[in-house]
Amino acid sequence: MATPVTDRSPAVARPPAGERHDAAARRRRRAEQWQAWAFAAPVVLYLGAFYAYPLYRNLDLSLRSYTVRSFVHGGAPFTGLDNYRTVVADPTFWPALTRTVVFTVVCLAFQFAIGMALALFFRQHFPLSATLRALFLVPWLLPLIVSASSWSWMLNSESGVVNAGLRALGAGQVNWLTDPRWALVSVIVANIWIGIPFNLVVLYSGLQAVPPEVHEAAELDGASGWQRFRWVTFPLLRPVSAITILLGLVYTLKVFDIIWIMTRGGPADASTTLATWSYRLGFGSLVPRFGPGAAVGNLLIVIALACGLMYIRVQRGQQR
Amino acid sequence: MRKAWKTAAGLALTAVMLFPVYWLINVSFTKDTDMRADPPHLFPSDGTLEGYRAVLDQQLPYLGTSLLVGFGTVAVTLALAAPAGYALAKLRPRGGGVLGFVLLIAQMIPGIIMAMGFYAVYLRAGLLNSVAGLILADSTIAVPFGVLIFAAFMAGIPDELIHAALIDGASRWRTFVSVVLPVSRNAIVTVSVFAFLWAWSDFVFAATLDGGGAHQPITLGIYHYIGNNNQQWNAIMATAVVASIPATLLLILAQRYVAAGVTAGAVKD
Repeated sequence: MATPVTDRSPAVARPPAGERHDAAARRRRRAEQWQAWAFAAPVVLYLGAFYAYPLYRNLDLSLRSYTVRSFVHGGAPFTGLDNYRTVVADPTFWPALTRTVVFTVVCLAFQFAIGMALALFFRQHFPLSATLRALFLVPWLLPLIVSASSWSWMLNSESGVVNAGLRALGAGQVNWLTDPRWALVSVIVANIWIGIPFNLVVLYSGLQAVPPEVHEAAELDGASGWQRFRWVTFPLLRPVSAITILLGLVYTLKVFDIIWIMTRGGPADASTTLATWSYRLGFGSLVPRFGPGAAVGNLLIVIALACGLMYIRVQRGQQR
Repeated sequence: MRKAWKTAAGLALTAVMLFPVYWLINVSFTKDTDMRADPPHLFPSDGTLEGYRAVLDQQLPYLGTSLLVGFGTVAVTLALAAPAGYALAKLRPRGGGVLGFVLLIAQMIPGIIMAMGFYAVYLRAGLLNSVAGLILADSTIAVPFGVLIFAAFMAGIPDELIHAALIDGASRWRTFVSVVLPVSRNAIVTVSVFAFLWAWSDFVFAATLDGGGAHQPITLGIYHYIGNNNQQWNAIMATAVVASIPATLLLILAQRYVAAGVTAGAVKD
């Protein structure tokens, strides 16, 4: 399409063909941009309405003094960082933070080690290998309330199958879920069980990418099974291992269902982590403390995001 | 011979791993009077169907709600995630990288914190204790995952295929619906499987946003059961077994997609 100026003065005139082409290409590119964003727009709006806004409300909650009344009718006074101060000064805070770290680190270590051992085992070819590997996914697919109920009953003090087994071996009764010394151990064991399939599947697919020739070469050189793993497989698997652990870290930090359903964070806070504490403050009692609950939640977000950014850095680094 | 030993070892490992699942099934058939037997009965010989009768009597409405929430979440997730995945993979919007980054971050926000924010929003919007509100909240677990899976999958669709349709005069939307979507069947199945499973298993959003509703999902059904009635463990476990049926079915029917979904989330981005 010619502009009015070029119409009137043909001598100055028609832009060279190339330039016209450029203009058309620019217009097309702009139209394509609009189309591209039209396809992405619903998700952008969605992220705003269902992520950003609830998170903003959560931040707002943590900066005000809310009561049930003000929650419904509005008018909660702005109190700045008071809720955060309250939370950090609370005798529950440091133990809960420590327990969150212990829970996360112990779960990750065992899930990863067991997942790795199983991945190596299932890489060997034997009849039923693929079917059994698929069955290992079951714990990961079950609703958490189902797994948690099953573990609760298995760990029941008098009637649980675990204590029955211990009795048969001559050991005394352990009050898994009601003894403060054992409650955290119990939820850790259940959570490791749930996390094994994820580690197995991801590490197994990582192993598939290791060329078998590397192994055969090491075997010809006389390396033992453990040496082959230590010096060949494991280093080659390091990128996948890093991703598995970091993603596990992000998942494990936010574990709530298992702990809440099995012990509700008890007895006497013995299995309270930041996630269950946040829930208990906000929803778990007759007098909800929304402000402090939101403050604990936001602290947990900061920790989770720090780990998340680490994950993204490692992943980006690997793609390069 | 060595292979047979490996299979035996594999069976043993699987048996240990699946013992809690077996125990769930075993207890669901155990009679109340045998529940506290010492040692516990290892097999449901002389078992009972009482637990399952209780499920049929009391839990069907919960199961119905969960189905509704599950399918609703799948619909919302697919409708939002597929076009966005296509945009990120093929249309290269300026700022698409930022969007991908935000989606990755969104997956890392703990559900319990989202729940508190949702509670504050829903209280005002009147969405508490509603199935629609639960569907929207549950979809936040699957939508970012869905977009990234669709983007990863659709990036592999040959450009020629899309260009051919465009040159034939089809609009972008038309191309998307009649060319891109049909070849993305695997991604659609993977995303649907996970969206359904996550919505079906959700406990956090159900407990916070639908705790007092007339229509509650099965996870709450089990939770209330444990709270009110910790004597009838066969009924609790029977409900748990029934609540696990979708997971089992999906594992049998869509095994390949499930494994693909687990790894795609971690390895491909």
